[in-house]
Amino acid sequence: MSAADAFLRVEGLAQRFPAQGRGEPLTVFEGVDFSIAKGEFVCIIGHSGCGKTTILNVLAGLEKPTEGFVFMDGREVAGPGLERGVVFQGHALMPWMTVLGNVSFAVRSRWPEWSRAKVEEHCRKFIAMVGLAGAEHKKPSQLSGGMKQRVGIARAFAIEPKMLLLDEPFGALDALTRGVIQDELVKICRATQQTVFMITHDVDEAILLADRIVLMSNGPRARIAEIVRNTLPPDRTRLTLHHDPQFYRIRNHLVDFLVHRSKLIQQGAVDPSAGERRGPIEVSPGLDETEPSEQTTVASSSAEILPLQRRAAVSQPRFSTGAH
Amino acid sequence: MNSKLSLNVRAGLLSLLILAVLLGIWHVATMPAAPAGGPVANDEYAKLMGKSSAVAKSDGLPTLSQMGETVVKHLSAPFYDNGPNDKGIGIQLAHSLARVGGGYLLAVLVAIPLGFLIGMSPLVYRALDPFIQVLKPISPLAWMPIALYTIKDSAASGIFVIFICSIWPMLINTAFGVASVRKEWLNVSRTLEVSPWRKAFEVILPAAAPTILTGMRISMGIAWLVIVAAEMLVGGTGIGYFVWNEWNNLSLTNVIFAILLIGVVGMLLDLAFAQAQRIVTWRE
Repeated sequence: MSAADAFLRVEGLAQRFPAQGRGEPLTVFEGVDFSIAKGEFVCIIGHSGCGKTTILNVLAGLEKPTEGFVFMDGREVAGPGLERGVVFQGHALMPWMTVLGNVSFAVRSRWPEWSRAKVEEHCRKFIAMVGLAGAEHKKPSQLSGGMKQRVGIARAFAIEPKMLLLDEPFGALDALTRGVIQDELVKICRATQQTVFMITHDVDEAILLADRIVLMSNGPRARIAEIVRNTLPPDRTRLTLHHDPQFYRIRNHLVDFLVHRSKLIQQGAVDPSAGERRGPIEVSPGLDETEPSEQTTVASSSAEILPLQRRAAVSQPRFSTGAH
Repeated sequence: MNSKLSLNVRAGLLSLLILAVLLGIWHVATMPAAPAGGPVANDEYAKLMGKSSAVAKSDGLPTLSQMGETVVKHLSAPFYDNGPNDKGIGIQLAHSLARVGGGYLLAVLVAIPLGFLIGMSPLVYRALDPFIQVLKPISPLAWMPIALYTIKDSAASGIFVIFICSIWPMLINTAFGVASVRKEWLNVSRTLEVSPWRKAFEVILPAAAPTILTGMRISMGIAWLVIVAAEMLVGGTGIGYFVWNEWNNLSLTNVIFAILLIGVVGMLLDLAFAQAQRIVTWRE
């Protein structure tokens, strides 16, 4: 994909905080370049403190980067707008509104000229899409965590944005609920050909959902280490995913990166942009059949990287408390 | 459910028991055989007042039956009007409630928009904070001379005193409630390009409503405390004036009745605000 036909283009993004006292200014991330094609699903993975949420907020227009630009559909992103729907980490539903109220709050913002009946009909369609038909008049306090997150997704989809930004939307859910909602998200995204940028901590989730996976090295001074192309068939499901030999190659590549290489890159031992090229390297580990087979032992039954992250934090206490 | 009900029943029974004990103490303390205070002082006072000590005794602390008669008398004709110093208790109460209502409403009209402004703008907050901190602890009655001098009207001065005492809790709570509206809700509004008016009325107001209503409830409590004192000063009408007038008449029975009435009305006002609070409070 060339930069010209990119739907979303991110150029030289950096976030720095002014120095505290005599210290050096703190660079959270720098030199972040990537692009997303129309209809593409991109996940970003990295340890806490590498600035993933900041990047997403910059894409949403909620935060201004210290350096760099974001272009969407040929225009610079200068502030928040209705053409980008955001699903927030903590669902961010208004607790005094019903499910219908929360979704219609967004719909009325998008189409203020619509009649009440038309707004409600539109909302009901999207509430049904996330499987919450019948719960329209419930308050968020009457819903489970998974249901609340679905309302958040329905709210973001209901404004029919050009692009969807998801900030770790399933982070707080149990594995079972997460799986069900992931399936639904896959279904909806394939049906609507939605362009999606999503933050996740879950390697399996990224492989299931993403067409490409952006890997961030550890912060501070984080950057994009590489972009992993997901070469699994696009009709993959949670059931078939782990039967494909490519799955383990990609998964091992990602886990290996998170446990080991993300730190080395930060420390400067490995320089991914040594070749003086614009933009990060794109790799397709799924197609690399020469990979040594003993590496598959890294894959454990649990896909969560959080324990691994904690292990990494022991050897690197400076970043163990890094916030999102 | 069953045990909760029985707890309520038991609490009610205990309340009745405490009431009976209190009334019993009252009854024993006011028995005619044991007059309150030293008889010598009473006699001197009675002579001064040109009355015999036997009559004076009935003007002291009333017995339960005298109290009961007074309550029945007042409640059976609450709205009579026999001139400036003899109005029914209902009329007095209505005057007080009208003053509280007027001053309180003015305070709402000022405190809630101003509180919104302070809550939204850290600049305005810091600029107004010293004024609020100095003005807040001033007893509302201390404003009375200034009010009487500038407004030159005792009724309006009463309303002003209520205004000045009920504005602070509302102002501070509104500012706090508005300032602590969760950032994620504001971010949702920002990404949806919600207009400032819709943001104020559909996001910030409902989000801050429980805090604002807490302030309004505190303000109403203070206003009801202050009105009695204010009316004792400005005179004319109202339940506070009634208390002072009956003290001058040495009718402790009427004073006690008025005290009870002030308590009951204050409780009803508080209950009304508690109900309103329950309506606007959201759960997560």
